[in-house]
Amino acid sequence: MALQLDARPPATPAPRTPRPSWARLSRIDAKYSPYLYIAPFFLVFAVFGAWPLAYTLWVSLHDWDLLGSNRTFVGADNYTRLLADADFWHSVVNTLGIFVISTVPQLLAALWLANLLNRQLRLRTGWRMAVLVPNVTSTAAVAIVFGVLFGREFGMINWLLDLVGVDAIGWKSNRFASWVAISTMVDWRWTGYNALIFLAAMQAIPRDLYEAAAIDGANRARQFWSVTVPLLKPTIIFCVIISTIGGLQLFTEPRLFHSGTNAIRGGPMRESQTLTMYMFENAFAPYYNFGYGSAVAWLLFALIAIVAAINVLIIRRLGAGARPDTGGRKGGSR
Amino acid sequence: MSRLWRASPLTYGALIAATILSIFPIYWMFVVASRSSDAMGQLPPPVTPGGNLGANIARLFANTDAYFLTGLINSAIVATTVTISVVFFSSLAGFAFAKLRFRGSNALLMVIIATMMVPTQLGIIPLYMLMTKLNLNDRLPAVIMPALVTGFGVFMMRQYAGQAVSNELIEAARVDGCGTARIYWNVVLPALRPAAAVLGLLTFMTTWNDFLWPYAVLNDPENPTVQLSLRALSDGYYQDMSQVFTGTAIATLPLLLVFVLFGRQIIGGIMEGAVKA
Repeated sequence: MALQLDARPPATPAPRTPRPSWARLSRIDAKYSPYLYIAPFFLVFAVFGAWPLAYTLWVSLHDWDLLGSNRTFVGADNYTRLLADADFWHSVVNTLGIFVISTVPQLLAALWLANLLNRQLRLRTGWRMAVLVPNVTSTAAVAIVFGVLFGREFGMINWLLDLVGVDAIGWKSNRFASWVAISTMVDWRWTGYNALIFLAAMQAIPRDLYEAAAIDGANRARQFWSVTVPLLKPTIIFCVIISTIGGLQLFTEPRLFHSGTNAIRGGPMRESQTLTMYMFENAFAPYYNFGYGSAVAWLLFALIAIVAAINVLIIRRLGAGARPDTGGRKGGSR
Repeated sequence: MSRLWRASPLTYGALIAATILSIFPIYWMFVVASRSSDAMGQLPPPVTPGGNLGANIARLFANTDAYFLTGLINSAIVATTVTISVVFFSSLAGFAFAKLRFRGSNALLMVIIATMMVPTQLGIIPLYMLMTKLNLNDRLPAVIMPALVTGFGVFMMRQYAGQAVSNELIEAARVDGCGTARIYWNVVLPALRPAAAVLGLLTFMTTWNDFLWPYAVLNDPENPTVQLSLRALSDGYYQDMSQVFTGTAIATLPLLLVFVLFGRQIIGGIMEGAVKA
């Protein structure tokens, strides 16, 4: 993730014309207009991104209802209640469970798929489009479709399993099975996307490294694990962090995998209610318990930070041994 | 190129399998959308299109729970507005970061990159309170405003502007007496067009798909985005699956169309962003 911070802005030329007012205007323009141009982002982010997130902390210290008229400061009360709330912990386990069984296979499959795409192929763009197309579909639509594919009685998955002699699985009523089903749809959507990211990084690896490895007697698999993967580490870390931030906030897929009036609970026994769903259930209709919902949001925020840090540590540790001596990432994507 | 590994038949086999897995759920969505509602109770499940698509579309648009047409129009309004805004403000800021000298620019750019890692979705409770205060609940500006410009967009445009616009060109425009605003409009923006197009496509698709925030703030069932119409269909008391699937198919169609037309550019944008980021 080497940032290119070296794009040289042109030097401001000395004003040539001796007309003072114009020169002054131009100097003011050169000096201050850049701030004007970047201001919209900071304004929008401050009002609709940073402030709400910070204010969530303040709200979480209150008993705060929809009208907010009789809000009372309760200190850490919401947090103490939350830490003793079985439904909360249930959703923590669901979130982490779905995260692990979706992310690990997803990134491995993406690496493998990228390795396949990184060859002399006919129809190169066609294959890339084929693996990316799940990523451009509507998330809500896909969640509904997978909800039907994983139906108990007439779902296609159970029908296929029946063909090979497996009994019908209650994909929506069995906790672990629902995690698998939701992870499947997450992976369906994101594997191809991550594969293209990995592919771009693979193409930037200088070919002579492989030749050198081949001369040293490394076979294909060995080259993949000792040349490709270590050089891909920055990209892998990037993908892991992005997957962590997105994966732990999972909402649309589990929400629409279930249907009916209580779908926000993620099944009758909260089989696949994620933390974001639990936040939503408490903070919006019908409860409008803003204080409690905000406490969930902040604990989720903390969880994301912790898991992201752990992931980075793990990836750093993995394969710290074999690291070819080049960090150069030359060449563009083809 | 010539030194790439050759693809074996096994490679093609695996890629064909991946393609089938990718495309089948989408294909099947259209199959069910084109059949009558009893297709759901059939085993083996039908995998070929039927002739019921027109009737399903008619019933979908007549469904008084889903407000599907309103949903489509609203989503088009929201996604178009957000796309134009994101492309404009991102290219403006990207130009400033790549080509203008100002105090603190590196630090500010770092802040922008850091914001991409912030889970702002967790702030929706105060955001909801804010919209209530502004009297924007149930109305489209509540969905549009928070999305008007993104850190990702600014960063992407900055990266592209750094390499696509030559400093000599800007210098020349300056000597001719152009202010920074005219340099942006006449020199930089035209040069940024390819990246702006990719950013626009990605933004449009993301916005069209957005679910959590609209779900929180648009509670009036008569004024949904198309994703909320789908939710209403799916959560309905009586589930008519061929109708629900007609809805999902129509909601997906604009995205597929964009992808078929501009897939090459979208892939290029994703891969280039990956190498540079």
